[in-house]
Amino acid sequence: MNKFFIMMGQTYKNRVKSKSFLITTIVTIALIFVLTNIQSIIETFSDVDEEKKVAVLTEHGDWYEFLAGSVEMNDQLAFEKYEGSLNDAKTKVEEEDYESVVQVEQGADGTPEGTYYANQIANTGSSEAVRQALQQLKVQYVTEQADVDPAVIQQMNAPISLELVALEDSAKTAEELEQTRGLVYVMLFFMYFSVIMYGQMISTEVATEKSSRVMEILISSVSPVSQMFAKILGIALLGLTQFGIFILVGYIGIQQSKDIGDGSLLDFFGFTNIDPSTVVYAVVFFLLGYLLYATLAATLGSLVSRLEDAQQMMAPMMMLVVAGFMIAMFGLTVPDAAFITVSSYFPFFTPLLMFLRVGMLDIPVWEVALSLGILVGSIALLGWIGARIYRGGVLMYGKSSSLKDLKTALQLSKKEH
Amino acid sequence: MTLRLEKVTKKFGSFTAVNELSLEIPEKQIFGFLGANGAGKTTTFRMILGLLDQTEGEISWNNGEIGYDQSHLIGYLPEERGLYPKLKVQEQLIYLGKLRGMKKTDALKEIDAWLERFKVPEYKNKKVEELSKGNQQKIQFISAVLHKPKLLILDEPFSGLDPVNVEMLKKAVVDLKEAGTSIVFSSHRMEHVEELCESLCILHHGSPVVHGKLKEIKKSYGKKNIRVLADFDTTFLEKISGVTKYKPLGDGCEIQVEREEIASSIFEQLYGKGFVRTFDLEEPTLNDIFIEKVGASYE
Repeated sequence: MNKFFIMMGQTYKNRVKSKSFLITTIVTIALIFVLTNIQSIIETFSDVDEEKKVAVLTEHGDWYEFLAGSVEMNDQLAFEKYEGSLNDAKTKVEEEDYESVVQVEQGADGTPEGTYYANQIANTGSSEAVRQALQQLKVQYVTEQADVDPAVIQQMNAPISLELVALEDSAKTAEELEQTRGLVYVMLFFMYFSVIMYGQMISTEVATEKSSRVMEILISSVSPVSQMFAKILGIALLGLTQFGIFILVGYIGIQQSKDIGDGSLLDFFGFTNIDPSTVVYAVVFFLLGYLLYATLAATLGSLVSRLEDAQQMMAPMMMLVVAGFMIAMFGLTVPDAAFITVSSYFPFFTPLLMFLRVGMLDIPVWEVALSLGILVGSIALLGWIGARIYRGGVLMYGKSSSLKDLKTALQLSKKEH
Repeated sequence: MTLRLEKVTKKFGSFTAVNELSLEIPEKQIFGFLGANGAGKTTTFRMILGLLDQTEGEISWNNGEIGYDQSHLIGYLPEERGLYPKLKVQEQLIYLGKLRGMKKTDALKEIDAWLERFKVPEYKNKKVEELSKGNQQKIQFISAVLHKPKLLILDEPFSGLDPVNVEMLKKAVVDLKEAGTSIVFSSHRMEHVEELCESLCILHHGSPVVHGKLKEIKKSYGKKNIRVLADFDTTFLEKISGVTKYKPLGDGCEIQVEREEIASSIFEQLYGKGFVRTFDLEEPTLNDIFIEKVGASYE
């Protein structure tokens, strides 16, 4: 047991001191800082943004008045009546006196029509605003012609109010759903990235020891099983350190941005009022999911003899993670679909999908317990098989990365009495 | 603390790597394992260490199996050298020592002593990848003996070293034996085995073809070598019955005779033919035995 901790410590220490760990941590901290302060950053930049001037060429004075009035509230866009010819206006645009020029004419049916000239039409931001203003103008014109009361038009355009009420007492309210959806969303990303990142780390760790051939010394002093789990837990510890740092930085960042404006990023993800049981589920599913994928990664890593092959070996596992992630993303809108229910019992998808269901639906405890049971069972089974493959795999060298190696590895470790 | 192998067989599928190998390796001795490439030496070592399970037979040390609870008593230098390329020598040795049950303070002391002994104390804080192959090998050797094992298994310990370093390592091996370590080592350099081992075993295609004490093996082999340097033509010696091998030299020849008695008859036949500068009757070398035993079964 003592050697187990020595090995775990060494795995942890090596990784924490590595450059790649430092770089990813620093980059992510910077990213979190930017994200949590995004509002103040946007504000800082938008202040210096100048109002864009658009020249309007039209023979209808009242149309211009209407257009100018409709963008009054928009402080990034202003219309200016241009009296000269279209060609003069175009030159002004080229000289960047104006952002663009729009010519408004009467179409065949009498309604207004526009042509928009700008140096670049890639930025749809300003042309879209012009289009909206023209649309309003057209509605105004047509209703006037038809002699309809503008109040009627306003009523027609006002959005409908539809309140969603769940009849089951225990069902989540719309508000709660919104909150858990945010949490599930974040959790899915966390799971996805950590499985990919730390899974990769474990298989690289194993493959490195194999390719540098230090493995033979290691397995002659420590049993492969404790070696495998020492690595898995060592990397898990590393992950916890990293996440701990991220959460701390995120918390500080959010506290700061709260002082500036409202914590709308928090509101967006629904973090303001979280059900404690959801957090517990998140942690449980996250840890079990990590264990399952980490065991698989270590097993796969033990089968390759060169670092370059490790990537290839990991491909099937990556497919599993991506598939689970895709299904979960889809499931965010239809959490009660039958195939989500079925796939949530498949151990490789359980951490993502069962968590999604627990968070968003009201499902009986036995279902959660069953899926957890299957998950734990699969981890144990995979650990058992993995340890045997590992034992044989680490002694196997040569061109590898096929299923045949699995068989050979198992044969190498077989006890024949 | 005798290491005993009884009718040990290892099969990989239909391929038999080791076939009914029975050995007894006594305590505080150096035991040599000889064999061509692929003869089953490394497989045997891995079975002794418990890295592989034998298909049949028993392996016991100190009247029990070798398990991970005894790993602090065992040292192993694998044929494929391997250390962490990015770790510093001292860090690396501390880690490997700890895995063999050493305390850090003891490990530090031993590391300094060994580095001093191998005349490389300046490498203590260098990364292994910066070291030359030979120096890496010294570090690897230190990692195998750092924890003062009772049983030391060395797979090709001297390959790839220059003569000065070979001598240095040989001296270390002998000193360890004197301090009470049982050592098993494999090699295909006969002179090393001849120089160091009391007992040996020659493996061929997984089967032991020669096994026993070095002196007895040589005695029972019977054949002797004679080196003759003379001023006259010695080719007629090839025709004499009892001469099994003939190899011409610049001004003489080297022959192998079946028994020692034939040597005296050869001496008589040389007499009177002219001036004989050298007549040297030699014990057979292990090399001769090896080539004959291993080469013979090729035929």
